[in-house]
Amino acid sequence: MNPTKSLNPVPIKERMKVPRQPMPEQAAVLRAANFKEVNLGYSEELARREAQRCLECAKPVCINDCPVGVKVKEFVQLIVAGDFMAAAAKIREDNVLPAITGRVCPQEDHCEGGCLMGKKVQPLGIGYLERFVADYEQQHMDRSTIRKAQPSGKRVAIVGSGPSGLTAAGDLVQKGHEVHVFEALHELGGVLVYGIPEFRLPKQIIREQIDYMRAMGVHFETNVVIGKTVTVNELMEEEGFDAVFIGTGAGLPVFMGIPGEHLNGVYSANEFLTRINLMHAYEFPNFDEPMLDFRGKNVAVIGGGNTALDAIRSALRLGAGKAYVLYRRSEAEMPARKEEVKHAKEEGIEFRVLTNPIEFLSDGKGWLSGVRCMRMELGEPDASGRRRPVPIEGSEFEIPLSVAVIAIGTSANPLIQSTTPGLATNKRNYIEADAVTQRTSRKGVFAGGDIVTGSATVILAMGAGRRAAKSIHEYLTAGSW
Amino acid sequence: MFKILHAEFIAPGIKRFVIQTPRIARKQKPGQFVILRVYEEGERIPITIEKSDPGKGTINIVVQSIGKTTHLLNSLETGESIRDVVGPLGKPSEIERFGTVVVMGGGVGTAMAYPTAAALKRADNRVIAIVGARTKELVILEREMSEVSDELLITTDDGTYAEKGFVTDKLRQVIERGTQIDLVLAIGPIPMMRAVADLTRSHKIRTVVSLNPIMIDGTGMCGGCRVLIDGKSEFACVDGPEFDAHRINFDVLVQRNAMYRAAEQKSFEDFQRERESLLAKVHAEQEAECALQGDGR
Repeated sequence: MNPTKSLNPVPIKERMKVPRQPMPEQAAVLRAANFKEVNLGYSEELARREAQRCLECAKPVCINDCPVGVKVKEFVQLIVAGDFMAAAAKIREDNVLPAITGRVCPQEDHCEGGCLMGKKVQPLGIGYLERFVADYEQQHMDRSTIRKAQPSGKRVAIVGSGPSGLTAAGDLVQKGHEVHVFEALHELGGVLVYGIPEFRLPKQIIREQIDYMRAMGVHFETNVVIGKTVTVNELMEEEGFDAVFIGTGAGLPVFMGIPGEHLNGVYSANEFLTRINLMHAYEFPNFDEPMLDFRGKNVAVIGGGNTALDAIRSALRLGAGKAYVLYRRSEAEMPARKEEVKHAKEEGIEFRVLTNPIEFLSDGKGWLSGVRCMRMELGEPDASGRRRPVPIEGSEFEIPLSVAVIAIGTSANPLIQSTTPGLATNKRNYIEADAVTQRTSRKGVFAGGDIVTGSATVILAMGAGRRAAKSIHEYLTAGSW
Repeated sequence: MFKILHAEFIAPGIKRFVIQTPRIARKQKPGQFVILRVYEEGERIPITIEKSDPGKGTINIVVQSIGKTTHLLNSLETGESIRDVVGPLGKPSEIERFGTVVVMGGGVGTAMAYPTAAALKRADNRVIAIVGARTKELVILEREMSEVSDELLITTDDGTYAEKGFVTDKLRQVIERGTQIDLVLAIGPIPMMRAVADLTRSHKIRTVVSLNPIMIDGTGMCGGCRVLIDGKSEFACVDGPEFDAHRINFDVLVQRNAMYRAAEQKSFEDFQRERESLLAKVHAEQEAECALQGDGR
């Protein structure tokens, strides 16, 4: 079949009139009390109807806006044609984790943000379609048919099994390189596993994507902390790796430096989410990791990103009475995905914007009892281009709380930088890597994702993994640095 | 899965495990710890490494049964496996020629103080070891400690062995007899380490203790193990586990360690009731995992 010839039965002029097909989802009142996935996925019928909305632009913008370069128009055309497995294969040419990006990508900032239709009506549901195709593939494929590439004789170590590492691993194994992924935790997936909750990205999906990569020939080893268990030098000098990709993520949680942060009931988002996601604390006592009793309690998260929303929506599902998002800027500046903000509001999360905590209050026995905040107003734009929040004098007020989760970002974990001589870092201790080749200052060592850029998104990390894989392949083939 | 090559009780409720972990064995330095998870539904707990044998690829850990996880772990026998073991984590103990060093172990803390005592001895320090336990049969590593110290002092709380009293009583005696002490290292229960810190503060003796707060990943990622040092948060997993005892806020340490007491109590009661069925489940998981590894995974 020739994918460039349109099989779309809907005339071009009619397509803008077809409304964007809504994603079937669990009702807000139900899902607020369980950890099952919110979005239920398109049926074949819905997927075809949505795919038929594509205007099939001669020069599609959606592909330019994708950090890994998924050929959106071509895979959507294959959905229209009803060949879902071919659509999946088309996505896989550029994206080894389609079931994941279909769920957690901020499409509005990438493919859907570029979609021409979005200028007049709602953009094409590219994320929903990607998810549909990936799930369809998972249900219908035969893994024994996955072909392994001709061995190149070169070995690559990938440090970290998060989005950048998995992407680099997937691309490199397809070039025939022997790829070993090292993970510090006991489960594979990095932030996808410890950071993103079940209701947004089920663990089973991650496991299936990783099983697919195993079938492609990628080797995985858990419980290895590079920098502690083994160093980068040892990987290259003693374990015979020809190249190393560092994709360890951002790492350390940032605290606010305000009084009361050591009180019981104050968490970093990393700890809070790791307990729930990696350690299954929400399934206590069937899992041993404990969690505080949230039932009827007031809980707040501080921050406005996806991590903040993941945390507060988890707290709600643990039975929180009141669940607040405290954010110092206005809703327009919130970095979270739009769909998550919508979902959170539907579930009953209260957004208190232009609100900045200045002190955690104690009940006198070491437990959190509330938070003192200041109201903010927006001033001139700051370095990030967003309007700087400025405190309003005399606007202090208190909110009674039992639990507070701090989700204001992360800083670089120094574990690898401090144990890899000659690895250049910037002044914030992130690893210096070329924006195109992802090469570091050390021969044969590449880096990408949050450990280079600071906290970003899954898809941006995947983009870096992809660039690194291309560049590693070139290095291994040419042999010159 | 990490194979237990040998497991034996060295005192009531205190078991030593020799675990096959070649990568960790090669890297371990005194003062460092591992994080382990017994089975799939288990929690991650930090345990200091007693010693390692790089040649055999093994590490030793000594575990006291306290809550569910440690009781479950201590139910495992030679030939069985531990689901996950990761390390070596934390900063190694500072080893140099200080002069005269007092190394104190309270209860199972003696096993954690031992590798550092040995290293300090090798670094040509005069090592005075003080080992304390609640009662006679809980005194551990007496022979090992005597081998790496110039002087070994033992106390039991109830006086059933050696001298009746606390390790701090012995330390006070050593100070009062006029011994010039350059460093004290104390590892044991929080009240003991706190009492040591209070005693040495007034004598201006530099004192290091090893903290064991609640921890999850052990690599600095979660911040759950944060301790207040001179009023600032530090992470026991990457900045520690050893800290200057005179800079630690012990009240916060005690308070944070009590955060999950209710849940821990429930877990332990459930465990006592369902011990046999849980053990059966752990064994089934070990077998299933062995079969998978046999498949070349």
